[in-house]
Amino acid sequence: MRDFLATRWGVVSVGVLIGVFASLLQFWGNPGNMGICVACFERDIAGSVGLHRAAVVQYMRPEIIGFVLGSFVAAYIFKEFRSRQGSAPIVRFVLGIFAMIGALIFLGCPWRALLRLAGGDWNAILGLIGLTVGIWIGTMFLRMGYNLGRTNKTYTTAGWIMPLIMLGFLLMLLFDPPVAGEMQSNLLFYSAEGPGSMYAPLFVSLSVGLALGFLAQKSRFCTMGALRDLILFKQPHLFSGMVSLVIAAFITNIALGQFNPGFLGQPVAHNMHFWNFAGMALGGLAYALAGGCPGRQLFLAGEGDGDAGIFALGMIIGAAFAHNFGLASSPDGVTTYGIIALFIGFAVCLFIGFTMREKV
Amino acid sequence: MDSSVVDTRGLSCPQPVIKTMNEIKKGEKEEITVLVDTDTARENISRAVDAQGWKVLDVQPEDSGYKVKIGKK
Repeated sequence: MRDFLATRWGVVSVGVLIGVFASLLQFWGNPGNMGICVACFERDIAGSVGLHRAAVVQYMRPEIIGFVLGSFVAAYIFKEFRSRQGSAPIVRFVLGIFAMIGALIFLGCPWRALLRLAGGDWNAILGLIGLTVGIWIGTMFLRMGYNLGRTNKTYTTAGWIMPLIMLGFLLMLLFDPPVAGEMQSNLLFYSAEGPGSMYAPLFVSLSVGLALGFLAQKSRFCTMGALRDLILFKQPHLFSGMVSLVIAAFITNIALGQFNPGFLGQPVAHNMHFWNFAGMALGGLAYALAGGCPGRQLFLAGEGDGDAGIFALGMIIGAAFAHNFGLASSPDGVTTYGIIALFIGFAVCLFIGFTMREKV
Repeated sequence: MDSSVVDTRGLSCPQPVIKTMNEIKKGEKEEITVLVDTDTARENISRAVDAQGWKVLDVQPEDSGYKVKIGKK
C-alpha cells in the first residue's frame, strides 16, 4: 500500500476518497458544500476555544484533529516521521493569518472551493481562478529564488507538539461535549444555530479525519502543490488528485441529491465575483509562499514538520482576527474591513516574496 | 565521471526539485548527487528528473535522509 499511495493512482484514489467522504459528511450533518473545509473548520475551532465569539461558527471539528493524528500514525508506520522546524516560523505564522483572511473572504479553503464546484455553486469558479492566479504569482517568486530557508532536525518530541495539541483538543471535546441548545458546555463554546451547529456524529467525523489523514500523508495530496507543479514543472501528478476529488464529490452529490446548480442562494457563500476571486488569490499566494494548502500543512504537521504546525496555528489566529474585526464575509457579501485586510494581506505577501530570496 | 552535489536537506517543497532542475539545466555534469531529508523530496525528484531525460541511478540512506544519485538516461 505504501508504494501504491505514492503513485499517480494513489493520489487519484485519495482525491476520490476525500470527494466521496466530504459529500457523505455533508449528508451525515456537516454544513452545505462544507463536508470538509480546512479553513472553515479551523475557524470553528478558533470559535470553540473562544478566540472569537461569532456565535454561529463554534465547534471543535474532529476532522481537523483526525487529519493531524492520522498523518502522525501513518508517518510512524511508514517510518517517515522526521521532527524538523526552524524555517522562518514567524513568517509562516503571518502567512497563515493572511491565508485564513483570504479564505474567509471567499468562504472556503481550496478543498471547499472544489466541493462547492462539485455541489453546483458556480461562485467557486471565480474562487478557483483566483486560487490559480495567486499560486501563479507564488511560482514567480519561486523562480526568482524565493525560499524560507532550511529547517533543522530537532528532538523527536518537538514534532509531537502539534499532534499533542490536537489530542488535547480531542480530549476536551470528548469530556466537554455540546449540550443541546447551550452556547457553552463547561469550557468549549458551541453554536446553537448556523454552520457551527451542523456536524456529523463525532465518531464518524473523527474516523473519516483519521483515515484521510493517514492516506494523505503518504500520497502527499495537496491542492496548492497540484496547481503549482502544473504551472512550474508542467507536472500533472498532484493535479490528477484534485480533479478526481471534484468528479467523485460531484457523482456522490448527484446520488445523494445534494447537487444544486446556480450562483444564487448557495450555502455559506456570496456571489460578489471579484472578491471571491481576490480572496482566493490572496489565499493561493500565501499557500504557495508557505509550501502547502491548508490540508497539506496539517498532514505535514502530523509527520513532524513544526513549521507547518505554526502555519496552521497562524490560520486559527487569523480566523480570530477575521471574526473579531469583522473581516470575514457572510452570505450578504464582503465587508469594508475585509477589503482593507485583503489589500494589507497582498502587501505583506509581496513584501515576503520580494525580500526573502536567494540569488539564483 | 564528472559529478556534483546538491544539498537540499531541510528545504521545503518545491525547493529540492527547483535546485536539482537548476543544476541539470546548467548542463555541466553527467551525474548529480542530491541530498534530501524527506521521502517526499526523494519521490518528487525521481518524478521530476524523468521529464528532463534523466533518471535515478542509485538511492542510499544517509543520516535520516537519502543520497540520490541521478544521471542522464
